[in-house]
Amino acid sequence: MTKAITVSGLHKSFGRTHALDGLDLDVAAGEVHGFLGPNGSGKSTTIRVLLGLLRADAGAAQVLGRDPWRDAVEVHRRIAYVPGDVTLWRNLTGGEVVDLYGRLRGGLDRRRRAELVERFELDPTKKGRTYSKGNRQKVALVAAFASDVDLLVLDEPTSGLDPLMEEVFRRCVEEERQRGRTVLLSSHILGEVEELCDRVSIIRRGRTVESGSLADLRHLTRTSVHAELAGPPDGLSGLPGVHDLDVRGRRVRLQVDTDKLDAVLRSLTASGVRSLTSTPPTLEELFLRHYTGDGDGSADAGDGAGAAGPRGGTASGVTR
Amino acid sequence: MTAVTAALRPRSDRPWAGTGTLLRFALRRDRVMLPVWVAVTALMVLSMPGALAGLYGTPAARADLMHQMAANTSLRAVVGPVLGDSLGALTAWRVGVYAAALAAVMSLLVVVRHTRDEEESGRQELLSAGAVGRRAPLAAALLTAAAGDAVLALLIAAGLTGQGTAGALAFGLAVGGAGLVFAGVAAIAAQLTESARLARGLTAAVLGAAFVLRAAGDSATTDGSSVLTRLSPLGWVENVRAYAGERWWVLLLFATTAAALAAAAHALAARRDVGMSFLPTRPGPAEGRLATAGALARRLQRGGVLGWSAGFFVAGVVYGGLTDGAAKLVGDNARAREIFQRMGGQAGLANAFLAAMVGMLGVIAALYVTASVLRLHGEETAGRAEPVLAASVGRLRWAAGHLVIAFGGTVLIMLLAGLGLALGHGTGLGPILGACLVQVPAVWVVGGLAVLLHGMLPRAAAAAWGVAVAVLLIGWVGPALDLPRTVLDLSPFGHLPKMPGAAMDWPPVLALTALAACLNAAGLTALHHRDITT
Repeated sequence: MTKAITVSGLHKSFGRTHALDGLDLDVAAGEVHGFLGPNGSGKSTTIRVLLGLLRADAGAAQVLGRDPWRDAVEVHRRIAYVPGDVTLWRNLTGGEVVDLYGRLRGGLDRRRRAELVERFELDPTKKGRTYSKGNRQKVALVAAFASDVDLLVLDEPTSGLDPLMEEVFRRCVEEERQRGRTVLLSSHILGEVEELCDRVSIIRRGRTVESGSLADLRHLTRTSVHAELAGPPDGLSGLPGVHDLDVRGRRVRLQVDTDKLDAVLRSLTASGVRSLTSTPPTLEELFLRHYTGDGDGSADAGDGAGAAGPRGGTASGVTR
Repeated sequence: MTAVTAALRPRSDRPWAGTGTLLRFALRRDRVMLPVWVAVTALMVLSMPGALAGLYGTPAARADLMHQMAANTSLRAVVGPVLGDSLGALTAWRVGVYAAALAAVMSLLVVVRHTRDEEESGRQELLSAGAVGRRAPLAAALLTAAAGDAVLALLIAAGLTGQGTAGALAFGLAVGGAGLVFAGVAAIAAQLTESARLARGLTAAVLGAAFVLRAAGDSATTDGSSVLTRLSPLGWVENVRAYAGERWWVLLLFATTAAALAAAAHALAARRDVGMSFLPTRPGPAEGRLATAGALARRLQRGGVLGWSAGFFVAGVVYGGLTDGAAKLVGDNARAREIFQRMGGQAGLANAFLAAMVGMLGVIAALYVTASVLRLHGEETAGRAEPVLAASVGRLRWAAGHLVIAFGGTVLIMLLAGLGLALGHGTGLGPILGACLVQVPAVWVVGGLAVLLHGMLPRAAAAAWGVAVAVLLIGWVGPALDLPRTVLDLSPFGHLPKMPGAAMDWPPVLALTALAACLNAAGLTALHHRDITT
């Protein structure tokens, strides 16, 4: 499988701040890759290194098989970029900016441009200052999707879009995938990621903490189980992968690592099950776990990323 | 009773709420720029009596100077009339107009920075969403400018008391008053346009017009009594007659005009929405023809180049027209010639005058080149450079787009100034165009320093303005102050031959051209290797 982006051991510091601390990223050609992480974790810094706007202190990066710093101009002919906060020139119209960006890249598909302007309901005759936040995003999105490129780098591209436009955006990304283009999508909108992305990479504090398909990642989280038993439970606390066991008479609540679910169910049925609710991990839990945890597998929704140090496996916030 | 009045009033009855907070906030943001500006202007004024005492030590020498000026229409146009022969009066004459102009520029920068700049960037929305009255932002901006003008007035008044208290107070207040008036002009300009850049340009154009009106009036009369002079706020400064029988009521003119302008700006502000202007934005083309970074740069800087071109051409015509006055001057008066020489001219009075004007326009062109080069910085910090550089545009190509306009535009505006001078004066085009072109390498050096700063120290790029203003001050008042040669030599303009009149001197011109090229090369190399900032 050819790689559209390969990054290994990327380091970048701004003064004393280590924005990137050995980041790895692999994006296969033709896939839609979700790029996730809390605010300030280094997503935009990574993207700006990949665009040759920043020079990495250490580590290797290749974009479309080339060095993003040295061959910036050549690489950029095949890339379209949408920043999370689009700023426009006050005296240029949206249409002029779309055409400018298109021409500065590999070129623009006129038919697709017209179609996208229509679909995004963008008024291309308005001047830069008069666009709202969402409409400024649309200008950059139309320019990106209409450009004749191989790789789209989208950094929180849907910020400010209304739900209808977000739906249009999702369909556009889907079309890009069908056309065989690669998309790197940095986003906080989990529904968007879940629907669009083939694989995701989650980064924290400038480092990749998890990478793989969503199914792979789900596998690593916990399922919560509520059960009412016929008799008192037996031996649950001794099972591997069981957390937050809470037994009140015959009612049991627990969390279990999803790959250890088997043994728990066997133990429960041994006591006789009256009722059973098992909740698979939601995507939110997956992210909360990675955003707030310190790699010890704990996840606490009520506690921010500032919490440091091991927290002995309490995960009450995850249960819903 | 209270309930009734409250019910009759419109609901937003605290329009000034938050003014104090915003004022403190503005003063904090300007904590470097404002004191430096005030200090430099005050120092320029306060160093004058000593310098003038050295040049015109005896009462006879000063009386002689008065007679020269009475006879010399052109020099009056540039500096203003001498109204008395005391050192205080000479100080007010020599730097009055320039100090007032500096106060005016300070006020215009402060007011636009805290009004239209804030609205254009969207920061105002967040502030106005707080417990901030509708009038508070404009009021705070005007008060900030007024604070700077007041401190400047006090410093001048206190510093010149040695020459006489009444004159010192009158002069200080006149300079501060001129600042206040232009704070009001800037406040109105900030309401009329959606662009802070345009608001600054409009106010600067009014300031330029005030300078030209005063110059035309002063060339016609010896005591500032021309109608043209009295139409110009800069002309009011001399009409206060500091150290020459002070006319205190003229100060009222500053106060009432500033108050009227501020009130008008407030009335305009109350009739529009945050971020909007009175000139509605019209729709533009749905499709664009811009295809390169160079075309984008040309489009972005088009308005600026047009404005500077028009200004330089008009200034050229005006000063060209004044040159004849210098030629008709009383024969071969040694002292008058010396004054021209101090202003940068050479013997041969018409030529000396032209050379002085060409030199003055040259240092002003340094402001153009700085503004134009710093567009790179503006585009980068506003985040507009990033998507362009993320497209297939190399950094050098991107920078070159703007630098061609900065450096090529310098040639254009200097040529237009020369054309204006030749038209106004009615003499041959060649020598004057040549003289104007000789200024270009020195302007380029200032531009090259801006390129270097932007490349190597992007965070300090604004320091390029400091360089341009320093060059301007050295050119304006350096010779009059009899500054040591080493200081004068710091300005690239000090090395140029004084043309027309003097013979062409190639080595310094070529050396400055080479220096400008090196600065550009170093700056672009640094830009090529550094991170793009946000």
